[in-house]
Amino acid sequence: MTGKLKDRLRPFIGVVGLIALWHLIVVLKIVDPVLLPSPAKTFAAVYKGLFEQGRLAFDFRKTVERACMAIGLATAVGIPVGVLLGVSEKVYRSVEFVIDFFRSTPASAVFPLFLLLFGVGEITKVYISAFGASLAIIFNVAYGVMNARKTRVLAAKIMGAPPWHRMLVVLLESLPQTFIGLRMGATLALVLMITSEMLLGAIDGLGLRIFEEQQLFNMPGMYAAIFCSGLLGYTLNLLFFLTERRFVHWAGR
Amino acid sequence: MNPVIQAPADANASEALVDRRPSKFRRPHVTVRGLTKRFDERTIYEKFDLDLPRGKFVSIFGPNGCGKSTLMNMIAGLIPIDAGEILFDGQTIDEIRFGYVFQNYRDALFPWITAWDNIAYPLKFMKVSKADRNARVDALVKKFDIRLNLRQYPYQMSGGQQQLVSILRALVVEPEILFLDEPFSALDYEMTLFMRDQMQRVFQETGTTTIIVSHDLDEAVYLADRILLLSRAPARVVDFPVVDVPRPRNTLTLADPEFNRIKGHCLEIFQQQVRQ
Repeated sequence: MTGKLKDRLRPFIGVVGLIALWHLIVVLKIVDPVLLPSPAKTFAAVYKGLFEQGRLAFDFRKTVERACMAIGLATAVGIPVGVLLGVSEKVYRSVEFVIDFFRSTPASAVFPLFLLLFGVGEITKVYISAFGASLAIIFNVAYGVMNARKTRVLAAKIMGAPPWHRMLVVLLESLPQTFIGLRMGATLALVLMITSEMLLGAIDGLGLRIFEEQQLFNMPGMYAAIFCSGLLGYTLNLLFFLTERRFVHWAGR
Repeated sequence: MNPVIQAPADANASEALVDRRPSKFRRPHVTVRGLTKRFDERTIYEKFDLDLPRGKFVSIFGPNGCGKSTLMNMIAGLIPIDAGEILFDGQTIDEIRFGYVFQNYRDALFPWITAWDNIAYPLKFMKVSKADRNARVDALVKKFDIRLNLRQYPYQMSGGQQQLVSILRALVVEPEILFLDEPFSALDYEMTLFMRDQMQRVFQETGTTTIIVSHDLDEAVYLADRILLLSRAPARVVDFPVVDVPRPRNTLTLADPEFNRIKGHCLEIFQQQVRQ
């Protein structure tokens, strides 16, 4: 086998290893088979849930929809607010404590408050997720803008760039940090979405699916829903990573 | 001829250097009058006068903290002055075209556009059409025989290549005066030597009035027509000797007796100032 091929296959070693270990545990009956179904059974449940019957596909789609709404809302609010705060360090310093405080408060602690404010409807879950995500985005965007290299802005000014163009330089400068915020925000939004679907009287969504399957003691179904949540989180992260590499090619260089 | 002449703010001494070419080719003669600058309680410059000759390469040299970079940045309009006047043939910095090369090329170039677009960047604000911008960059690159892949992004280039791009970006506007803030201090020795020669070539080709702040005496003398030797703060001009060594200068210049005499003279003054 050539070295290159070996390198390309390396990331799959962990995956294959984990499944092998899982299979071994099931075969040797180390764990109660009711609690841990075999990999084959689990993946069959994933396939069945997504492509044949069952609600998994529907719940998956609902969670994706709401998570995307939350991330979109958090981005639409977080980026402008972050830029406004970052442009003036004085303004940022005056609200830094408030932002830091809410950023550090576990977002799940405000679940009851949001329930009171917005009721148990679907949109409440979007608001909660967006709330948590937007704080992460605001924080990172503001820091990105504040830490924009003064030399570059000065260079633009020397070369006759008008104020709006200097602002563009600042925004481009802050893009790498903005993307860090977006990735953190997206992850957080998904966590909050799944959690609120479990706890806040949802009628659909992956969180509800996991919870229900557990209540029904349908272990393959529960593992299948957990797997789908993981898949969703990973895909979101990958999407942001690829977008960043495409549009912020200079990040970290 | 006595190459070492006392000329701080001395109209007679700089008279000899007046450029008599038609105004189109004339390079600014910088006049600094009554310049005062304080940082908090510390006075860096107090009623400071200076004349910089047209079309000459001037190195600013002096002890640490005497305000070499501050002086150049005040002339370039980057740092506000507390009192006094700085004029370029009677015009202010806002009325003339100038180029500025930062010490830290990493922070001065824009990583989101290619080296080529970086060079063309200042032309955008001079209402030059895209076709003309490309033509001017192309002409500049050909003139200096630049063998770089300018389709690369700055971060794909070496430090020296990036600084070369910075210099081209400063030159593309055909500046009347060029400011260089320790442009080679972040480069390795080999690259520094190469870049000095590139800089000399640029100067010989364009004849642009050039001001460089340098920490390296060899470099300051090698490149300069005149060396502005500053005292400790509050700074005054201790001496402003002419470097009467023919161009193009090369490695043999480093062994030239006149070169070494001036270098020795500058070093002596420098040490006097450091000891004070």
